[in-house]
Amino acid sequence: MKKTFRGGVHPLKNIHEGKPLTSACAVRPVAPSIVVIPMGMHLGAPSKPCVQKGDLVKIGQRIGEPVGGLGLPVHASVSGEVIAVEERQQLRAAPEMCVVIQNDMLDEWVELSPVGDVETVEAEKIIPAVLNAGICGMGGASFPTHVKMNVPEDKHADIVILNGAECEPYLTADHRNMLENSSRIVDGLRLIMRATGVNRGVIAIEDNKPDAVAAMQKAAEGRSGVEVVALKTKYPQGGEKQLIEVVTGRQVPRGKLPADAGALVFNVSTAAAVADAVTLGKPLVERITTVTGCVNKPSNLRLRVGTQYAEAIAACGGLTEEAAKIFAGGPMTGLCAPNDTISITKATNGIVVFSGEQAKALEEGPCIRCGRCIEACPIHLLPYQLKYDCEAAALNRAKEHGLMDCVACGACAYVCPARRHLTASFKAAKDELAAKARRR
Amino acid sequence: MQWKVSAAPHVHAKDSTATLMLDVIAALMPCVVAGIWLFGWRAALVIAISVAACVLTELVCQKIAKKPIRINDLSAVVTGIILALNLPPTAPWWMILIGAVIAIGLVKQLFGGIGDNFLNPALTARAVLLASWPARMTATNTASAYPLPFDTVTSATVLTPETTLNTTMVDMLVGRIPGTIGEVCKVAILLGLVYLLIRRTITWHIPVVMTGTFMLAVWAFGLDPIQSVLSGGILFGAVFMATDYVTSPMTKWGQVIYAAGAGLIVALIRAFGSYPEGVTYAILFMNVVTPLIDRAVRPRIYGEVKSHA
Repeated sequence: MKKTFRGGVHPLKNIHEGKPLTSACAVRPVAPSIVVIPMGMHLGAPSKPCVQKGDLVKIGQRIGEPVGGLGLPVHASVSGEVIAVEERQQLRAAPEMCVVIQNDMLDEWVELSPVGDVETVEAEKIIPAVLNAGICGMGGASFPTHVKMNVPEDKHADIVILNGAECEPYLTADHRNMLENSSRIVDGLRLIMRATGVNRGVIAIEDNKPDAVAAMQKAAEGRSGVEVVALKTKYPQGGEKQLIEVVTGRQVPRGKLPADAGALVFNVSTAAAVADAVTLGKPLVERITTVTGCVNKPSNLRLRVGTQYAEAIAACGGLTEEAAKIFAGGPMTGLCAPNDTISITKATNGIVVFSGEQAKALEEGPCIRCGRCIEACPIHLLPYQLKYDCEAAALNRAKEHGLMDCVACGACAYVCPARRHLTASFKAAKDELAAKARRR
Repeated sequence: MQWKVSAAPHVHAKDSTATLMLDVIAALMPCVVAGIWLFGWRAALVIAISVAACVLTELVCQKIAKKPIRINDLSAVVTGIILALNLPPTAPWWMILIGAVIAIGLVKQLFGGIGDNFLNPALTARAVLLASWPARMTATNTASAYPLPFDTVTSATVLTPETTLNTTMVDMLVGRIPGTIGEVCKVAILLGLVYLLIRRTITWHIPVVMTGTFMLAVWAFGLDPIQSVLSGGILFGAVFMATDYVTSPMTKWGQVIYAAGAGLIVALIRAFGSYPEGVTYAILFMNVVTPLIDRAVRPRIYGEVKSHA
């Protein structure tokens, strides 16, 4: 029996669409003509722009300064002229401050200052290097990585888990990264272990990627404390809480952090970025993104941060005729883009384009109490009950029923035969509670 | 270009309420065919009238209440078939109509439609008909296509102790015994069960626990468990009626409690009650208890643990 958790679903298990479209596509670099770099790519306060219109910048040059405890610096991802510093529409409802740079195609870098070698670098120099490189979680959550690595005094982590599950259908960016940059990922893991004083590192991969398991095993060979585990293919196997439970047998206490379960979880691509930051002094200015669905040539692209969706899609031969809907991330949790001028951020692991047929709205029906949502929920909530609570605007009751524990994985809404908009209601209810808390 | 925008998830499992109901209808087909084979054209007529009456009642109720028309979800068809299979082949047309109005009009639509009824519609209708016209409800068709091992019109089932029926095990399995249209042929019911399990329309919990508890209990009460499970409506009830999504508990542990309770009550009524058969009342009683079970049995939420030191 492969390691797994209780609950979850098997989206698109029997359909030969999704991952096979791009899993064999080696990563291609794409140079954009223009980048629109948002200052709010990470979780936390948006960075403050430190360049002006007309400035000439080089790749890796700081263009945004960190603000607040969860702040991160932002770096230029192309060399060229800053043509605007202004608010632009991104995925969030409100426009965001962005720095727009015209690419001069010279690819001039600032002078990089590596901190040290994987084997010899001093532990205390690693976390500042990660902060300076502006690294945040690249699996989608975009939590500042250096903050995660700073384990509070009162907590004790004994395991670092690299998340290579990539359980979302369609996405293969982490898969390709594991195949093509396996030793960089192991380097990153060892650097994180050194910085956090943890001596056990586990790279967890779903068993639908046997080649990635083999590649990572080869790269991890002879590295003490580093192991690779294959997990059963099931959504959301790559959810942080599920991953911790499956690998360690421990659960994250309700309302607490992974460190309270003694575990630190990072995406495999984040680990590779950490390795680049420390050993090469390279800030996070590019990432691998799967661009797939209704595009003529589904691909894995190495994209500069700030590349607009339109340019990424053009690099994939453009849209097919059926294209009707575009979202960032996988089909289970992805956020819809209102247009194709939205930018690739540090956390954009995929852009998926769906056809009109795939995007057809499903009419919501009454709950038939089949209980499938309960079986699907990886947090063991009662989604049908939460939905009733939300519909009755009984948010306190919803909280008692575990609304705040919902990880918004979408598994319940995926299985619901009445096509009830479960996950969307829970997100809306959480937003409302957050808005209320702010008003207080 | 105008992009469509919607909330995640952007993909959905294929099953819908209608496909689940279609699966139940498919699973009921062996019982329908067996019923017609055993009891003849009257059985076919009863089923046809019942389905038509249930769908029509649903349509009329939704029109009157100005609610969205949902007859396409096929749930009224399922109720219609199950109601018919719970009737004797001799059931007169007006009794079927009354049953349909009670099931769909009173029990289902008056309480808010699919998902909101707390009692099983077909079973409640059967209970009302049984209390109102007990003789007609236990009558069996003598003009059967298949020669029945008895020759009275209103004779009872093997469950009535005073009737000595010369039935073999094979008769009981294929349904050459008196009873309602759907309950007699155990082979057909088991075929339906296998289909429902393969299609994952239901899980094993309710049918297995209900019949298991029933057999254990009748054995403890001094009855023959094999003979008991093959007679009356226990199997049909455990497979097709106790498993109704709407009126059974949501969690697996809740379903186990519910099914055990239902099996035990059937056994108690069989062994000690004044009714010959208690499947209807047992399941209806557990339907009523279901909200309490759902309140009491909740899964432990992820993370209800202490911090790791």
